[in-house]
Amino acid sequence: MERYEGKSIYNGIAIGKIWFYEKSEQQVKRVKIDNADEEIKRYEKAKEIAIAQLNQLYEKAVTDVGEANAMIFEVHAMMLEDADYNDSVYNIIQTENVNAEYAVATTGDNFSVMFAQMEDEYFKARSADVKDISERVIAALVGTDTDTGAMDEPVIVAAEDLAPSETVQMDKTKLLGFVTRLGSSNSHTAILARTMNIPALIGVDIDSSWNNKMAIIDGRKGLLYVEPDEVTLAAYKAEQKKDEEARELLKSLKGLPDETVDGKHIKLYANIGSVADVANVLANDAAGIGLFRSEFLYLEKTDYPTEEEQFTVYKTVAQNMAGRKVVIRTLDIGADKQVDYFNMDKEENPAMGYRAIRICLDRVDIFKTQLRALYRASAFGNISIMFPMIISVDEVKQIKRICEEIKTELSENGIAYGDVELGVMIETPAAVMISDELAKEVDFFSIGTNDLTQYTLAIDRQNAKLDNIYDSHHPAILKMIKMVIDNGHAEGKWVGICGELGADTSLTEKFIEMGIDELSVSPSYILPIRKIIREASSV
Amino acid sequence: MKEFSYIIKDEIGIHARPAGLLAKEAKAFTSKITIEANGKSADVTRLMAVMGLGVKTGAEVVIKAEGDDEDAAIAKMQEFMSANL
Repeated sequence: MERYEGKSIYNGIAIGKIWFYEKSEQQVKRVKIDNADEEIKRYEKAKEIAIAQLNQLYEKAVTDVGEANAMIFEVHAMMLEDADYNDSVYNIIQTENVNAEYAVATTGDNFSVMFAQMEDEYFKARSADVKDISERVIAALVGTDTDTGAMDEPVIVAAEDLAPSETVQMDKTKLLGFVTRLGSSNSHTAILARTMNIPALIGVDIDSSWNNKMAIIDGRKGLLYVEPDEVTLAAYKAEQKKDEEARELLKSLKGLPDETVDGKHIKLYANIGSVADVANVLANDAAGIGLFRSEFLYLEKTDYPTEEEQFTVYKTVAQNMAGRKVVIRTLDIGADKQVDYFNMDKEENPAMGYRAIRICLDRVDIFKTQLRALYRASAFGNISIMFPMIISVDEVKQIKRICEEIKTELSENGIAYGDVELGVMIETPAAVMISDELAKEVDFFSIGTNDLTQYTLAIDRQNAKLDNIYDSHHPAILKMIKMVIDNGHAEGKWVGICGELGADTSLTEKFIEMGIDELSVSPSYILPIRKIIREASSV
Repeated sequence: MKEFSYIIKDEIGIHARPAGLLAKEAKAFTSKITIEANGKSADVTRLMAVMGLGVKTGAEVVIKAEGDDEDAAIAKMQEFMSANL
């Protein structure tokens, strides 16, 4: 078994034999000709054939991948009619008295270099388009077929590079996935792969000896296994089956509103722990992010993450979510999450110790760095901030004061920030009991059921001996949730659940009846919960 | 000669398809229509040249038309830009 790394274009798994695809490289020779006019006519005729082919490809692509993605072929046809491109071909034929093939190849190279040298990734990627159209015209001149060729059985295609036209021409029922050495994630081929849900890796060190060998593409990790061993193969087959089941569910539920039969809308959001999870959030069609655990930024490092580092991460998430809500929870370390460089003392009872907001309000410099990064990022999307482990109104007032300071500083420096909702986690019995007062201070509540259960039942979740009495459906917890919802609503604030209980499908209906506004769950739970919401009634 | 300036709102910028459609629209007029951006200028009917300007979102461009039907050409360009870019 060999393992290779590449950049993933689409997060799926493909298992099958490799077909090593080699382009029938057009070896263009420079040949002197006598009659330039005749040669230009040859070129015109070949161009017509190429445009006719592109129109056909456009039609096929409209059916296969939709109009928006088929546009590329319309654009290719337009490029072939571009005056500068054509002038260059005519010019080379006339002044050098050379064959049309050579004139097209040279023109194609020149324009493709022009695009390749541009700064912007989008324009850079157009270089491949120019090459693709030029090869098409040359093929028409030589009289060869540009067909990608028939694949007998479903295969993983390995190639140096794939042009969009090649990708679309491949029989989709036989194309399991592809790996290429070249290409960019902005290329049309990459976009098409994503639209067609084809697992694909680029930047893989491909080898022609792979032809006919068994392989696995793991689009999640960006890995390619050639000749996988049986254990790996079995594991990926199981994974693939799970994916298929999820896709089936997705197909029937994607795009549908999270609305009960009687029309109550529930905000169904996702919990994430890093930027990498955002793709999964979008793939599962979540309406937003209800809990972004910012700890990973601190846990991954050996020193405090800078404002700039944090800003980049928050901004990326906000931009990728394109206007959908992103609730980011401020640093929640301590207890079971320890970070060496914080140099914290050993505690007898860390769960009830120096953690989360308690650290932030004590070491305000760390807190302010994070808040500044959050407020700056809020100019790029719909960011809300949520504070963990709250036990008093005074804490919230302190937090709000610090937030105001940050905003003033930013304004004074002419730095933009957006409209940020501030909310608190309700995860201590104290916060539940004073939720009526807290509701006056904040924009929303999010109930963290894991800690709330542990603190309310006085049961350490890590202690396996207590498993038999640890009841997450304990009436005390359900009553508390109801109380928090009612107190939130009394002040016109929205209330959600972001703990594990939020994803407990046996309680979804009950929460809806209680009046919950938001549920934030792991991305993989979004669709199963959507299904229940759509079958439930809020009264 | 008539001209107007416009700020590109499309998130990619002047990308291939609108550039191609713009070229088509411009060909319907006898006036010479140019687009200026980043200190460079290109004939609007020339798709690759227009793309070669590399106009990104938020950039300001100036469209100029000169010829017998310059009024109509400018009106059409304005309409096209605000609808597509």
